[in-house]
This record gives sequence, C-alpha cells and structure tokens, in this order.
Amino acid sequence: MRPFQYTRAPSLTEASHLTAGEDTLAIAGGTNLLDLMKLQVETPGQLADINRLGFADIENTDDGGLRLGALATNTETAVHPRVRADYPVLSRAILAGATQQLRNKATNGGNLCQRTRCFYFTNIDQPCNKRKPGSGCGAIDGVAKLHAILGTSDQCIATYPGDMAVALSALGAEARISGDKGERNVPVRDFHCLPGDTPWIENVLEPGEVITGIALPAPVGGTQIYRKVRERSSYAFALVSVAAIIELTDGKFSRADLAFGGLAHKPWHDPRVGKCLLGQPPSDALFDKAADILLEDARGFGENDFKIPLARRTLHSVLAQATEGAA
Amino acid sequence: MTVHFKQDEPDNSNRLDGMKQGVLGEPLPRIEGLAKVTGTAPYAAEYPIENCAEGVLVTSTITRGKVTSIDRRSVLSMPGVIAVVDDEKMCTRAAQGTANEAPTQGPKQVCYWGQPIALVVAETFEQARDAAKHLKVEYREEDGAPLDPNAVEPEGQEDETVHQGDLAHAMAEAAHNVDVTYTTKGHASAAMEPHAAIAQWDGDKLTVHASLQMLNYNITELAEALDMEEENIRLVSRFVGGGFGSKLGISEEVVAAALAAKQIGRPVRVVQSRQQVFQTVMRRSETTQRLRLAADSDGKLTGFGHEALVSNLPGESFAEPVLQSSHFLYGGENRELMLKVARIHRMTAGSVRAPGEAVGMPTLEGAMDVLAEKVGIDPVELRLRNIPEQDPEEDLPFSSHKLADCLKQGAEAFGWDNGPRKPRRRREGEWWIGTGMASAARVHNIAEAKARVTLKADGTALVETDMTDIGTGTYTILAQIAGEMLGLDPKQVLVELGDTRHPRGPGSGGSWGAASIGSAVYVACKVIREELAKKVGISEEVLELSEGKTATGESLTDLLEGNDLAREGHYEPGDIEDDYTASGFGAFFAEVRVNHYTGETRVDRMLGAFGFGRVLNAKTARSQCIGGITWSIGVALTEALEFDPRDGHLVNCDLAEYHVPVHRDVPDIEAVLVEERDGAASPIQAKGIGELGMCGGAAAIANAIYNACGARLYDYPMTPDRVLAAMPD
Amino acid sequence: MADTITVNGTAHPVPDDPRVSLLDFLRQHIGLTGTKKGCDHGQCGACTVIVNGIRINSCLTLAAMHDGDSVTTIEGLGTPDEPSALQRAFLEHDGFQCGYCTPGQICSATAMLEELAANWPSDASESLEESIAISGEEIRERMSGNLCRCGAYANIVAAIEEVAAGGRS
Repeated sequence: MRPFQYTRAPSLTEASHLTAGEDTLAIAGGTNLLDLMKLQVETPGQLADINRLGFADIENTDDGGLRLGALATNTETAVHPRVRADYPVLSRAILAGATQQLRNKATNGGNLCQRTRCFYFTNIDQPCNKRKPGSGCGAIDGVAKLHAILGTSDQCIATYPGDMAVALSALGAEARISGDKGERNVPVRDFHCLPGDTPWIENVLEPGEVITGIALPAPVGGTQIYRKVRERSSYAFALVSVAAIIELTDGKFSRADLAFGGLAHKPWHDPRVGKCLLGQPPSDALFDKAADILLEDARGFGENDFKIPLARRTLHSVLAQATEGAA
Repeated sequence: MTVHFKQDEPDNSNRLDGMKQGVLGEPLPRIEGLAKVTGTAPYAAEYPIENCAEGVLVTSTITRGKVTSIDRRSVLSMPGVIAVVDDEKMCTRAAQGTANEAPTQGPKQVCYWGQPIALVVAETFEQARDAAKHLKVEYREEDGAPLDPNAVEPEGQEDETVHQGDLAHAMAEAAHNVDVTYTTKGHASAAMEPHAAIAQWDGDKLTVHASLQMLNYNITELAEALDMEEENIRLVSRFVGGGFGSKLGISEEVVAAALAAKQIGRPVRVVQSRQQVFQTVMRRSETTQRLRLAADSDGKLTGFGHEALVSNLPGESFAEPVLQSSHFLYGGENRELMLKVARIHRMTAGSVRAPGEAVGMPTLEGAMDVLAEKVGIDPVELRLRNIPEQDPEEDLPFSSHKLADCLKQGAEAFGWDNGPRKPRRRREGEWWIGTGMASAARVHNIAEAKARVTLKADGTALVETDMTDIGTGTYTILAQIAGEMLGLDPKQVLVELGDTRHPRGPGSGGSWGAASIGSAVYVACKVIREELAKKVGISEEVLELSEGKTATGESLTDLLEGNDLAREGHYEPGDIEDDYTASGFGAFFAEVRVNHYTGETRVDRMLGAFGFGRVLNAKTARSQCIGGITWSIGVALTEALEFDPRDGHLVNCDLAEYHVPVHRDVPDIEAVLVEERDGAASPIQAKGIGELGMCGGAAAIANAIYNACGARLYDYPMTPDRVLAAMPD
Repeated sequence: MADTITVNGTAHPVPDDPRVSLLDFLRQHIGLTGTKKGCDHGQCGACTVIVNGIRINSCLTLAAMHDGDSVTTIEGLGTPDEPSALQRAFLEHDGFQCGYCTPGQICSATAMLEELAANWPSDASESLEESIAISGEEIRERMSGNLCRCGAYANIVAAIEEVAAGGRS
C-alpha cells in the first residue's frame, strides 16, 4: 500500500470536488478498495472517506418504490423488511455473495463499483490491459476458468464479480449519481461497460461523481429467484448466476425479467431472452429457445467453455422452478 | 540422567492398560485450550520484542534466470526503510521435511516465478510492504524453462518400482479388469497462520521465534544455512497455527529474518503474505495415475498396477509418494508399480498433509469401485475379499491390521445398504442422491525421540521436549501419558513444548509425533516409576499410582522427600521398523447430492471408521479424524492449484480462489475409533492419526457421485464443470 | 483532542499512518494479538472483530476510519479466568485444533447469534419473511466466512448449537 493522505470528506460537494482530482478515490466500506491497495493494484494518493456523509437510509419513494442509500451496507439492505417482502431477489442475491463480515461492511454504492477478480488483474507483475493499458491480457491463453463468455474483447475477458447488481438489473433499478454538474439517474443495466478497447473503464461514473443511492421501482411481485452456481457451497464467486422475476398469467409468461452474473464484464441483461418467453406457456423447448438467444454469441476461451452449457442448464433450472406446477 | 530404549520386539504387555489413574484415552479438553479460545496463546509473530524492525520479502517476476542487479537506492530513501538484504545465504525454497540440511540458497539464481530474492527491512510493516513493491530488480531471463509435467521426459524412482509376475498377462486372463487413468490437481497446505519468524541476536547467539513443525531438524537446517553452530541457536515454536507439512522444514522467512537482524543489529520480524505463502512454500504435486486391476470371477485380485507421474523442481529430492499404501493394501500376485518425476519450473513440491496417500488412495479406491460394479458385488465385500494375509510385496507380517473391522463397523454405523447398487435411483427435486465408500490406509511412521519428565517435590510433574503441537493435541496427550504413568491428574502435569532448549523430539509430521514422543515420555515415566518402586520396596510392575498416592496410601510428595526426580526418556525404534509392515487402516462412507442441472455436489453426511492403535485422547483423536475427512471433501470437490501455462506461476494464490472447504461444505461427520493395540508400532501401542482421515475419503465422495447421478469421473477435484461433462442425459 | 478508538472499553489514539489497518492497529499498536492475521485480504475471517455490535474483517478497514467507534476483540469477550459461554463450549467440543482461526470463529459466532436473534435471514434460510429457525445449515452458512484449515467445523457447529440452545451460560 502506497502512502496516501486520508481525508474525511465533510460534505458531498467536497467529496465530489476531491474525487474529481486524478489521484483521489472515495472510500466507503473499503472491502474491495483496500484489498486492491494492499496489492498496489490501486495506488491513490488520497482517500476521501465518505462514510459519514449521510445517504445511508433506506426509504420509501413517492411512486411506491424504495430508495437504497449508497452508504447503507449490503446487510442493512438484505435484511430490510421491505426488501425482503417486495424485492426478495435482491435480498437473495446479496445474501449469496461474500460473507456476513464483508456484507456488514460493504456498501451498496461500493458494491456496484467493485472490480473484477481476474487473477491477472490482481497480480501487478502480470500483464493486464485493465490495470495497465497496453500490457496485454494475461487471461486469454492463461487460466481463464472464471472468465467471460459474452461481450468479451481481444483486450479483456474479465467478469464483473458481484451478485447484487445482477438482481438490480433484473429489477430495473436506477443508480442515483451526484457530481459537480449535478445529479443524474442511470439504470443499473447501463451502469457497467463492456471492455471493448477500453477495459479500464468499467462504469459510467465520471471523475467527481459519487453514487448516492439506488432507486427500486414499485414492487412487481412475481416469483423471484436468485440462483448462484459456485464451486463451494458458500463464499465463492459465481460461475454462473441467474436473477429472475417471473409471472405467469393464465398459464403463460406475463413477466420474465432475467439478468445473469458470471458471464460478462457486466451483469448481463439481454431483453430478448425474457421477451421470447412472454405470452408462451412454459416448456422445455421454450426454455431452450431462451437459452439459445442468451448464448447466441457466447464464446469460450478453453477453460471456461463449460459456462455455455452451464448457463443453459441453470437458466433451465430457474425457469422450471419458477413455473413449477404450471407446465 | 537419560534412559535409552531401543525397540526391537513388539510390546504387547499392555502396561498402560494396567495403570490406575484412568486418564489415558479419556476425552479430556486440551490443556492449552483456554489460552487458544481466549486469544492469549502466543504464535510466532506475536512475541512483544522491543525495537523490532519489520521485513517483507521481495519475489521474482521471472521463471528462470539470474538477478543481475538490485537497486538498493530505489528504496533506501523511502520513509522508514532501514536495509535491503540479498545475502547469498538467503534461502530460495523451504527445506523438505526431515531434510536436516539447508534448503537451496543463493537468491540471485531464480528457478521459479515468485521465488524470494531479497528482503526489505523498515521501521514499520506498512513502510516495508510498500518498499518491497518498489525495489528495482533487473534479471537475465533464461527462456524455455519446462513447465508442463506431461511435456518432459520424466525420471524414474527406482526404489518405488515393483515388477512382480506378469500383470499384462493377468489383465488379459482376468474375469474382470479395470484400466483407468486419473488426474489430480495440486494442493496447498494453507495453514491459517502464515509463515513467520522473529530473529534476535545476542552477540553470536541467535534466538528465532518461528512457526515450525520439526525443531530438531529445523535447527540443523538453520545452522547450516547460516554457517554457524547449533549450540548458538535457539528456536521457539510453542504454538503453531497449523502446518500440514508446510512447516516441516525451515522456510525462507526464517533465514531472511536471521540475516537481516544480524545486518542491522536489531531484531527483525518477517511474516510472509498469504500470497507469498502460497507461492514460495510447498505445493502438493499434481499427478497422473494409471490403475490396473485384474480380478477373478469372485472379485479376488490377481493383478495390481499403479503407475504415477508427479513433478518437482530440478534438484528437489521429494517425489509425491503416491504408491505408498498401494504396495500393501490389497493382494494380487502380479504387480506393477512405478513412480516417475517430471522436472519442471513450478514452485517447490513437497509435503502436504498425507503426502502420497492423499492423492494415491482416492484414485485406487475409485478404481476399486469400478471393479466392484464389474464384478457385481458390494464394494465393502470387494475390499474384504482382497485383504492380504501379509505384505504382498515383501515377506513381512502386518504389525496389526484393522481394515476388516473398520469396514464392518463403519458400514454398520453408517447404515450402509449392501443391496444391489445402481446409479440414479434416488432423486429429490433437482438433486440426485447416492452413497459411496472407500478404504483408508496410511503407513505408520515412527522416529527417535527424547523427552524429560520431572516429578517435582510438590507432587506435580513437568514434561519438556522440543516437540511441537500444531493442533494435533500433543500438549494434552503427553500430560495424559505422564499422568497415567505417575498417578496424577493431567492438570498436575505441566507440558512445555516447542523450544530447542529441551530434549529433542522428532517434531510433528508424517503422523509420527504422538507415537514417537509419547513413547519417550513413557520410557522416562517408567524409570521414574522404578525409582519410586524402589523407595516403596516393591517392583515397578506392581506399583499402583493414582491421585498422587500409592495403593498403600503413601503420597508422592512423601516419597520424594523434598527432591525433584527427573529422567530423560530416549526412545528409538529398532528392528520393529524393519520386521513388520505397519499401517493405520480405515473405511469411509459418504452420502452426497448432485444437482442435475448444475453439477454442484454437496456432501450430506460422512463417516469414517479408523484403526490406529491405542487412542490416547478420544476427543483430540476424533478431531484429527474429522479434520482429515474435512480435507477429503476439499480433495474431492474444491481444491486445485492452477498454474499459468506460460510462466508457471501459481495463479490462484489466495484463500478466495484456492477453495479450501468452508463451514457450509462440511456436514456432520462421524468418526468411529476402532479398538486396537499395536505393540509393534510403538511401546505405547499407538500409531498416527493426523493423516489417515484423508487417505481415501475423496473416493467415497467420488463413488457416491457416481451412485447418485451416474457420472463416473476420473479427475479430482470434481467441480461442477467436470461433473456436468460426465453427467448422463 | 486526538481521535480515539475504544477497544474493549479502553480508548486508544488513532495511529498517525493512515495505512494502518484496524487489524494491525490491534496487533502491533496496542498489543492485542488475540485477533489473528490469516490472509490480510478478507478471505479467511481470522481477523473478525465486533465494531459497534457488528462483526467485520478488521484487515479490510483502516484504523483511521474508526475514530469514535467501539471495538470488541476476543480479549474483550472473556479471559482464561472468566471465559464466555462460547469460549467454554469451544473448549468442551474441541472446536479448534491449532487455535489460529479460533478467536475469529468465536467473535464471529458471538455476533452471529445476535444476528439470528434479530431474525436476519441468510442464504440458507427457507423463507425471507418468517422467523428463522436455528439449524446446523443456518449456522454453517453464517459461519462460512471463517475458514478453519484443521477441519474443526463439525465441532465448531456443535459448540455454537449448544450455546444457541442456552447452554454453558
């Protein structure tokens, strides 16, 4: 960890001002940032501690939705009575990630900004275009079991490692972002970027912008499932995960909001997958069609080829579970 | 006064059963337990040593070549930095277990990616950690270092090779045969306490607090590395936060701390980072293994073949002894066993809990399950039919053999269904459910050991040895042995371990600790009993001691008349080592569920039955068993070291991505401790238990996966991707 | 007045170097070595402490971020003379071997029982809305952030179950 100046940001305006500088990063829970600073993957000259700026509340919104403070912890969010009752896919996704100790410290805003767990990104003595532009991608032709099969580029095949944002994508949540140019809302589905030729750009935050909250729409009901496939039964990143909000009307899909983790550089939301289900009665053939659409452009890199059939089967499992008794 | 006992004959006198205190074998809580649960037990890095500087290792970023320059100025101007150490005496690998000589030295020569090449010392840990990342190093790299064990011509290991009869013929003639090839991935010990040392000099005297398993060997290794006399070195390892083989020999931080402390004239602490522990200490080699089994129509083996390919760095003597128990576990007169080593430039391969059997038994026991299916008999029955009368390769009797008892008692306790076995018979929702079993075997090791026992004038006792307790229960069992022999509550016995000032034991490793050092304590206590018997005027054989008194009511304090009575016991295994094949045996039973869609496997319950000689403490022995079974789950399902194909570096070098089992992976585990006294194993009739619990357990899980869902896998670990690939539609 | 962190009831000044983790502050600065460093990256749980009633990994937070906070470490839960119920249960059930992960397991379990009492759900909970029944599976999931390489998990769960049921109080 390089020496840095530690500053407790006195206000949101000041936090924006500080983090607008090239060398300053905001710190909230710190569970990902400090991990990376110890490895010198992150080397800020200044940390602006935003923990005591407020925006930690979870509040009802006028449209019947819920606003999650960016500084509310993952735990506070997952155990909140309204989240449990109205957005169970979100509770489930959070509870499927990390450990209780980490969830107790990690914040909602930080969770959206967490960085990839690619082995080559976290080892500063290995090539990584994300960490050091132009140095190459160690994972392509390297150890790539955890890596992406969708939306990759020849620069980067890393995955976004989180669970919470996968559920937020399925729910159609929006991130509330504050910066020196004012405030804006960005759908979580659009918050993260694909690697393309700029793998170091992971999300749409501009310098000086800080996430202040996440807005959940009014409850949509339905059967909500978060299914995470992993190598340990707890405390492991997803090989594949599926967040699903499913509703059947008269034996046919009337809602099918689906998002996927472990497949790409961002929570994967392809509206065509859910759309192909709508108006149809559940069947194995239909589930296969949905998987065909999801995986149309999937490409493995050897060790992670298995994710293609695994994603298919996991989607099948989730849809079968969500429509159990209706088929 | 030292009493030497060399054991040439089995001791079946059962003396310990005749003692009157009645504490040996009892499930007593650990005597050091309160210190551990309250956080007051000091581990190596935790001694408050004044003026201690902090050192952080710098490691290579090339695979093979030479360090051509180290730019000290690049860090010496940084705040707090005191020194850069790149002494030629620094070690670049850890010593192998019982090496008794310095490990490879000379940090300028690089043999693997991540090898230690220097140490940066600073006032604070934060300063040293940052400076270590900034040290500018230049290399001359030698390209083309071989990295793939399957792409080089391997070396044969002659002493492991057996050609007996004609296996090819036996396979051709057999009513049933199995010819399968397995692979296993590398494993890490991943002891929870990282490797750490604090070195301090007083003139030419060196004291090192370190986290080590075998001080008796370590002091020699360190003396040779530093080119100094053992008399001038003191090693202290009172509490060791897990070892599992990774702390058998001295590792790089021990030598680096000693050299740095000398160089700067201050004590120096060096704690390896978790990533460094993964990359610089020891890996269990990956293996490729071919199993050939030939059997008659009843399933009786007529031929047995086991060939294995393992790897290590050039110059390392250690070769994962995959075939160790295959030599004697089952019969079959036509035999072919072969072990080969590929020389490659991945980090050092060495001992990780149960070297050999940890990966050799899961493959053999998987192949036995395949055979049982072909023969059409119950897998327990197949094992029972193939237990040999004597060692099938050497003309030696078994010292004691409890495999049949373990199989039967284990099956009974588990509720094993010995009816016809067909896969895919039970399903709950998405999950296929099935059962599997496997035998356990782990060779018995024993070594020379010394311990001093002092019966104090106040009627308490003191046991002193440099033996370590790495979590196995040594503190407690030694108090129980001494308490039993001397008629004392173990609470009245103070046990001091882990200090080379004490008489030398063999250290903890190869499961030999309890039997070896326990025998030294037994020998010392026996002589003390003789002295006491003399005072009473009777023979030692009839002396009864309990609660600090003789049977006739004389108290130990009266008999001692104000004097301490101290004796050093020196136990040495003699002909018993050569005259018998000695091993612990056992049986594993598992029930698992496998997800039809995702290939995820969860172990629902597991049971092991083990025969390992006398049980010294039923609580700590059981804990060793369930600990081993927990490792079996890791071997079966989750643990795999992954190496970069281009530079050979260990990629998943942390506890997030090297998957040791977590709480939720481990169900309730039962352990059945089978009654046994093995007088040819040791005078206390005990054998090792630290490793037996993981020698084959992975196969019980693999066989249960097959029984559950019909996926027969030949590659460990059986991760979801592999299970799915083998899953029938 | 200097910023302070209260540890087991005693206030200590926040260290000057902001790089000092809460874990290194406890171990190196104020001599409380009961809290262990196993990985320094939030991957093993050996450094678990309770801050303002909540369990966290002390390695992944800076001491400087905790001025005004109240930290409880293993030393604050009980002593060899007066061990806590969980400490006694771990001893009786042999819920440890080498002992290095043990303080973290016990701190974690102490806070975990409070979380259960507050009816926080876990990944193992059948329902998010009903009251949660304590089970082996619940305990195992909730304790999965605390690795034990010796393999004492089954005994640790037995110890926690006993205390959860009101034992050793």
